Amino acid sequence: MSGIITKVSGPLVMAEGLADANVSDVVRVGAQRLIGEILNMTGDTASIQVYEETAGLGPGANVETTGMPMSVELGPGMLDNIYDGIQRPLPEMRALTGDSITRGTDVPALNREKKWYFNPVAEPGAHVTAGDVLGTVQETSAILHKIMVPVGIEGEVLSVETGEHVVTDVIAVVRDKKGAEHKLTMIQRWPVRIARPYLRKYVPSRPMNSGQRIIDTMFPIAKGGTAAVPGPFGSGKTVVQHQLAKWSDVDIVIYIGCGERGNEMTDVLMEFPELKDPRNGEPLMKRTVLIANTSDMPVAAREASIYTGITIAEYFRDMGYDVAVLADSTSRWAEALREMSGRLEEMPGEEGYPAYLASRLAQFYERAGVVECLGAGDRQGSVTAIGAVSPPGGDISEPVAQATMRIVKVFWALDSSLAYARHFPAINWLTSYSLYMETLRPWYTQQFGEAYMQNRERAMHILQEESELQEIVRLVGQDALSPADRLTMETAKMIREDFLQQNAFVDEDAYSSYAKQFRLLDLVLRYDVLCRDALHKGADTEKLFAVSAREKIGRAKMADPKNFEGEYDAIEALMKREIEEAAAGGEEA
Amino acid sequence: MIKEYKTIHEIASPLMVVEHVEGVTYDELGEIELPNGDVRRCKVLEVEGDKAVVQLFESAQGINLAQSKVRFLGHPQQLAVSEDMLGRVFNGMGLPIDGGPEILADAHPDINGLPMNPAARAYPAEFIQTGISTVDGLNTLVRGQKLPIFSGSGLPHAALAAQIARQARVLGDNETFAVVFAAIGITFEESEYFINDFRRTGAIDRTVVFSNLANDPAVERIATPRMALTAAEYLAFEKDMQVLVILTDITNYAEALREVSAAKKEVPGRRGYPGYLYTDLATMYERAGRRQGKKGSITMIPILTMPEDDKTHPIPDLTGYITEGQIILSRDLHRKGIVPPVDVLPSLSRLKDKGIGAGKTREDHAGTMNQLFAAYSRGKDAKELMTILGEAALSEDDKLFAKFADEFEKVYVSQGNNVNRSIEETLDLGWNLLRILPRRELKRIKPEMIEKYMPDEA
Repeated sequence: MSGIITKVSGPLVMAEGLADANVSDVVRVGAQRLIGEILNMTGDTASIQVYEETAGLGPGANVETTGMPMSVELGPGMLDNIYDGIQRPLPEMRALTGDSITRGTDVPALNREKKWYFNPVAEPGAHVTAGDVLGTVQETSAILHKIMVPVGIEGEVLSVETGEHVVTDVIAVVRDKKGAEHKLTMIQRWPVRIARPYLRKYVPSRPMNSGQRIIDTMFPIAKGGTAAVPGPFGSGKTVVQHQLAKWSDVDIVIYIGCGERGNEMTDVLMEFPELKDPRNGEPLMKRTVLIANTSDMPVAAREASIYTGITIAEYFRDMGYDVAVLADSTSRWAEALREMSGRLEEMPGEEGYPAYLASRLAQFYERAGVVECLGAGDRQGSVTAIGAVSPPGGDISEPVAQATMRIVKVFWALDSSLAYARHFPAINWLTSYSLYMETLRPWYTQQFGEAYMQNRERAMHILQEESELQEIVRLVGQDALSPADRLTMETAKMIREDFLQQNAFVDEDAYSSYAKQFRLLDLVLRYDVLCRDALHKGADTEKLFAVSAREKIGRAKMADPKNFEGEYDAIEALMKREIEEAAAGGEEA
Repeated sequence: MIKEYKTIHEIASPLMVVEHVEGVTYDELGEIELPNGDVRRCKVLEVEGDKAVVQLFESAQGINLAQSKVRFLGHPQQLAVSEDMLGRVFNGMGLPIDGGPEILADAHPDINGLPMNPAARAYPAEFIQTGISTVDGLNTLVRGQKLPIFSGSGLPHAALAAQIARQARVLGDNETFAVVFAAIGITFEESEYFINDFRRTGAIDRTVVFSNLANDPAVERIATPRMALTAAEYLAFEKDMQVLVILTDITNYAEALREVSAAKKEVPGRRGYPGYLYTDLATMYERAGRRQGKKGSITMIPILTMPEDDKTHPIPDLTGYITEGQIILSRDLHRKGIVPPVDVLPSLSRLKDKGIGAGKTREDHAGTMNQLFAAYSRGKDAKELMTILGEAALSEDDKLFAKFADEFEKVYVSQGNNVNRSIEETLDLGWNLLRILPRRELKRIKPEMIEKYMPDEA
């Protein structure tokens, strides 16, 4: 089925004679066979968004439909790989076409020559349904890839293979009820704009450990939850995303660089193979899939990249894994949507964005969640979706940030004034929130006792009080504060500097375990309690503030991650003694 | 055989509609021949059936609908490149204007370039010493980085950019360098300032100038930076040179883009700029970088003047989202006579972390850098408090921080346009300033470093 181009305007192409094509079909455009997707149909004329640069294309050229919607290939070979927005492997494209991305390159997403050792699980004669595991492949040292029965297939296993196979080899034959035989390979295809099915969804109840103190202790996210990281440029969005990609205790990470800087993707590509997962010592790249559609790459493929990413995530979820999807940045995705909408001459909504912006965003985030997977065996998997938002001028009243805030449950608001003071991560503790606080509380209490959440609340309370006291100080100066209020200010400063600040570039500090987080905050709060007590006894504030243990607390976050207990005990003892001495001095006076 | 059309249907500068065309493709370059023999250039923005919408690069004055002829050349806009471009001056469309001979082209690349495969990039990590403390010490520039200067009208961004171009070098390295300078809609005087500076230091022989001055056609400005980058890519990746690209002024570029967008009657985004401004800027900025297996590099310093000094204006805002940091100039510091008036706190270099430290600059670099930032920020807060409540309201520590902030601006930031400080001098200067503060406040620096570089006087 082919049609003829009638109009070319940037990435938008109109073609007639496509009456038999379906909306959302993938088409090949012109002599270069550029990849495109049908957006709208009027009569036999289709509006096509082309995923590659359209220079040199003109009316009269051919358009061919593939009859298939935009899909991804799912199977072994995705991990430790980097794709563009429509799942073409970038290293292989480089081998084929050089340092620049040329057009019309056709490379299969999964390597067709690489052999995998297929280890069967299902036995001939068994009855299988969609989602049942046929066999496994050790894809990387970190991840066991489960080859599942594709959706829509059910029946009796006639044969299963064992041993070395390429992804296109038949590894099992299944006969359905009608007697038709299905030859299954290790590849499944799935249309990216449709969510993969599952048995049922649960409310998230376990936290995702990120090793970041402000996240884990103050504003935790649940596995299967959704979060947004909005902030102006230079406030550290990308560093937060990278930290989450590195240290989150999930099985698989899908990192989508959507319309962002090329060098940032290179950074991930270089750094991740070197970094080791703190839980199993495997290189982080072995559990990571990168999707890079940098800002200089075609804008339409940027729109697709988000869906490509989340579909791959759902596929790993269906194996029973915990997956995190990090999208940097959803604002660039929305801009791509706006650009296409403008070219289609649709009626614009707010700030030129199409009226369907909010519903598209909601559809994306709603694909996150904790689910009971299809197939036999109690498999639970989760997809956690975390999107960066880049609001113009850092002003979150704009449509993308507002639409995102209505959907996500966790909001880590980055603040440029914190970034200027080099307070990183520059997550503002007063404007951020996590709606998982209550659902996660039982987990924290069960693991670490009541004190964990109590400390958190105490710390938040002190920070809140500090912001009120600062108003007073700004008006009448520090001398007007009572000693108790001055102590509050000092403690708040310690919470900010000694606990919340975390240096992503120092090995000892980049990842903080729950235990270390708890002890560190506890040290700071213990200081507060002891001093408050001493103040009652008449101790001098200046003396209390000058105790040498405070400097030690300031450096405590740099303690050896595995062996900090002893050091913290020593600091606590020293602090106790010094404060008692200060208090004793107070009584004498 | 190239067809000629005498079917211009409509001209609404800078757009023109040509009818009854055949075989015309998107983004193709065209030529318009006027009745008097003048030839002007244009490119195709949209083709629908037999109608082509084209954009003129020059003024529409004198074009006669009935008698002018249009030819489509069958290829997008190209630039003739060769090593002989060094030392030459071109107009915004890439034609020589210095009276010299035509360039004998080595190749004719498309000026729009191609997106670089992220898997082919090499991460920028080689420290460039610019000799300017606020850049080297705090916002370190590395090879292959794009670091814009955000300025305002009347601020000395030209002096700073020229100083960087003059002093920049990679330590212990003798590779050939080149400067590509694109004047985008700036005045003759500003352009001459740069060219004279290149001439004075002898750098002019290693410089390629693309000049679109304020009185040249505005629409041509859309092509000018792309011309410059095409030349830079050729020199860096074909000829192994270390290329520094200076683009000034991006604000003029974005305004030209807005002009064309408005003429096309596109739905405007913020402040009338087209919705694709981000993508458009990105396709330029992202051409900076290094490639694996290639010796050369493109380091880019775009300059833009922020309208009303407003950092949230779309041009600086979108630029900041694409570039790897920014150097911001401050009007307050400029008034105080601080040269260069770099506003340290909001300035940033995103690539500094991989370019500094032991073996690259010095082991104490990262710690002192963070400490200087944090201390200066606190010092400025203290000074603000002091102006409201008087000095008495400050704690003893805060008084020290306020003093630190003053000294920091006077000594560290204000070094003048002709002082070239080595990285060691810059770092030592930082330590000297940190002595003002109580030692226990130096929490950002590892204790071993403090012991080594600031041994206890006692």
